[in-house]
Amino acid sequence: MTKSVELQKEVWQELDRIIQEHRGDRAALIQVLHRCQELIGYLPKEVQVQIAHGLGVSLGEVYGVVSFYSFFSTKPRGKYRISVCKGTACYVRGSMEVLERLEKELGIKAGDSTDDGLFTLEVVRCLGACGLSPVITINDNTYGLVRPDAIPRILMAYRPAGVA
Amino acid sequence: MSEVTLTIDGQQVKVPKGATILQAARQVGREIPTLCYLEGINAIGSCRVCVVEVQGAKTLMPACVTEVTQGMTVLTNSPAARHARRLNLELILSEHPNECTTCPRNQNCELQTLAEKMNIRDVRFRGPSHSYAIDASSPSIVRDPNKCILCRRCVAVCEKVQGVGAIVPLERGYRTTIGTAFHEPLLEAACVLCGQCVLACPVGALYERDYTDQVWAALADANRHVVVQTAPAVRVAIGEAFGLAPGTVSTGKLVAALRRLGFAKVFDTNFTADLTIIEEGSEFLQRLQNGGPLPMFTSCSPGWIKYMEHFYPELIENLSTCKSPQQMFGALAKTYYAQQAGLDPAGITVVSIMPCTAKKYEAQRPEMNSSGFPDVDYVLTTRELAKMIKTAGLDFESLPEEEYDAPLGISTGAGAIFGATGGVMEAAIRTVYEIVTKTELPGLDLLPVRGLEGVKEATLTIGDATVKVAVAHGLVNARKVVERVRDKTADYHFIEIMCCPGGCIGGGGQPITQMDDAKQKRIDGIYKVDQCLPIRKSHENPAVQKLYQDFLKEPLGHKSHELLHTTYRVRSRFGSVMEHV
Repeated sequence: MTKSVELQKEVWQELDRIIQEHRGDRAALIQVLHRCQELIGYLPKEVQVQIAHGLGVSLGEVYGVVSFYSFFSTKPRGKYRISVCKGTACYVRGSMEVLERLEKELGIKAGDSTDDGLFTLEVVRCLGACGLSPVITINDNTYGLVRPDAIPRILMAYRPAGVA
Repeated sequence: MSEVTLTIDGQQVKVPKGATILQAARQVGREIPTLCYLEGINAIGSCRVCVVEVQGAKTLMPACVTEVTQGMTVLTNSPAARHARRLNLELILSEHPNECTTCPRNQNCELQTLAEKMNIRDVRFRGPSHSYAIDASSPSIVRDPNKCILCRRCVAVCEKVQGVGAIVPLERGYRTTIGTAFHEPLLEAACVLCGQCVLACPVGALYERDYTDQVWAALADANRHVVVQTAPAVRVAIGEAFGLAPGTVSTGKLVAALRRLGFAKVFDTNFTADLTIIEEGSEFLQRLQNGGPLPMFTSCSPGWIKYMEHFYPELIENLSTCKSPQQMFGALAKTYYAQQAGLDPAGITVVSIMPCTAKKYEAQRPEMNSSGFPDVDYVLTTRELAKMIKTAGLDFESLPEEEYDAPLGISTGAGAIFGATGGVMEAAIRTVYEIVTKTELPGLDLLPVRGLEGVKEATLTIGDATVKVAVAHGLVNARKVVERVRDKTADYHFIEIMCCPGGCIGGGGQPITQMDDAKQKRIDGIYKVDQCLPIRKSHENPAVQKLYQDFLKEPLGHKSHELLHTTYRVRSRFGSVMEHV
C-alpha cells in the first residue's frame, strides 16, 4: 500500500457527493468504486475507508472487492495504462515476450508506473480479442498481432515530442 | 407445510419442501461428507466434497445447496459420486501442507477426518505451495493462511453471527486468501478476537495463541507461586477433550488435574463472578438512583467490550466500569491474597483457564495492572489446558473429585451461571432484588432470560421500581439491542451482552465440536452446577463477605475503584487503518 495521499479539498467534496448518492446502499459498492477511481485515478486507503463508512459496509468488504478486480488499483497510475493480455491465446502467441520488451523499454516491472507518471504497465486476463493475439491496450486503443520489436514505435506515439 | 417425497439410495424419504439433499439424506441416516458447509451459517456449495448423483441431472449436484424436488432419485454412494468426491478432496489436499503431526488441529481436523473416511492413500496432484506469513500479531488468535482451504466458514461466522466482518476473501484465483482489509495484522484490524472463526475453521488455519510453554516454565520455576483460576464455562466443556459428553460437569476432576499439574492454589473465577455481582449490582443501583447513564451494559465479555470500543464508542459510558471476573481475580490475587498468604506479589504468577480467546487480549490491556503487576499473567483456553493434561499423562476420567482452595475458590450458584447467556442478569437480579427489598426473592430461577433465543427480555418489579432488562448473545443479536439504545427506542435499564453465541459456554476457546446440541448441553450443565450448590446468591458468599469486611470495606469504595473497576477507549470501526474517520 502506498503512503497516504493528500487529496485536494474539491476532490474530497466530489467524492463525498458520489458516496452520499449511495449512502447505506451496499449493492452500489462496485459502482461507487468505479466512479471514485475515475475521479482520482486509483483508490487510496483513505478513499476506501470513506466508501466503507458511507455505504455502511466493512472495510474488508471494500478492500476484498478492490483486490478482486484487476481494474481497480490501489496505487497511483500513469497517464497511459498499458494492459498486456496474458489470456491463453495471447500467452501461447508470445505475450510474455511482448511484456518483457515493455518492461525493458519502460524500465519498470508489471504492476508499476514510470517515475514521470506517464505509463503504468499491467497484466490482464483475456481482453476478448483473441483473434488478434497477442494483444495490448493503451488506454482505449487496442493493438493486435503485436511483435516485441514494434513496442518502441508504439510507445513513441505517447511520449511527448522530442523525448526518445 | 407441503412435503416432497424423493428416493435416496433406494429409500423413500419425505421432507419439507425447500429441504436440501443433505438434510434429506441425514434424515435417513446417510452421511454425505461436507467441508465448506456450516449448518445455518455457510451453504455455498464451493468445496464440492458433498456432490451426489441425481438421476436425470447433467452433472453431479452439491448436496448442501441442492433443494429436493418431488420424485427426485438421489444416489449418494454411486461410483461416479464417490470418484468425484475423492477427486475434489485430492485437489484440496494438493495445495494443503502435509504437516498434520505438528498442526494444532491434529486429530481434530475435518480435512484429516475426511481423508481418512474416503480412504485416501495418495494425492495424485501437486499444487503450488504457498508461503504466506503467519499472522501472530494478536495475543489471542493466530492465522496461518498456508493451511487455509478457502471454505469461507470463518468469513461467514464473522459476518453473519458476529456482524464484524474483520476477515474477508482477498485477491482472486491462486492468490486468494482470507485476511483483513489491506492485509493489516489482525491486532490492527477492527477484530474483537472472539475466536468464533477458530471454532468454525475445519483445519488449522485459525487457532489460539498457545501459552502452554510459558505456563509450564512458570510451574517449573521454584521461585514462583503459581495460582490458577477457572472460568465457569470450562468445567462443563473440558470433559469433551477426554471423550465425555458436552455438559458433563467435571468441576472436581478439573481441580484435581490442575493440582497435579503443579499449581500452588486452585482458585475459581466463580468467586470473582460473585464479587462482580456485588460491584456491578451496586453500580446499577447507583445509576438507577442518580439518573444514569442508563441502560447499563454488563462488561464481563472482552469481545463485547472491544466491539463497543470499535463500533459504538458513543455508548461507552453505558458500559459498567466493572472489570471482568478474570481481571478482578488477578487484581485480588496479587493484593488481598498476597497479603493474606504473606507473599510478595512480584513472585505470584496468575494463570487463567478461560473458554475464550479474547480474554488473552484483555489480560494484556495496559490498564489491567492494578497491583503494579499484570492482574493476569497467562490465559489458557479450555483446549490448551486439555493439551497440558494430556501432556502430563493424567487420565482425566479416573481423577478424584477435589475441592477448590479457599478463599478465592469459594463461590455460589450465581457465580456459576455466568457461563451461560442470561446468567449474569439472573445472578444480578437474585442479589439486587434482595438488597433493594430486604426480602427473600421468591423463586431463584429467572427463566425468561435463560436459553438460546438471540434476544431475551424481562420486566421485573423490584420494590417500587419496575426494571426492564434485556439479554443478548452473539454480536449480531447484541447489535440489534445496541442500535435501539443508540436510537433511544429501547426502554431497558440493564442489559447483559455476551459476545459469543450461547454465552461463554460457546466461547472461541472451548473444545471444537461438530455436535449440534453441544451448546444446549453445556448450558444444562451450567444450571446443574447452580442447582447443586448450597448457596445460590452472590451476596451470601461468605468468602466475598469476608473480603469486604477485611479488605475492600464497601462496594464501589476506594479500594474497589482502584482494583476492580476500569476504563475503556475509543477505537475506529476501521481498525487502526484510519483512526480519524
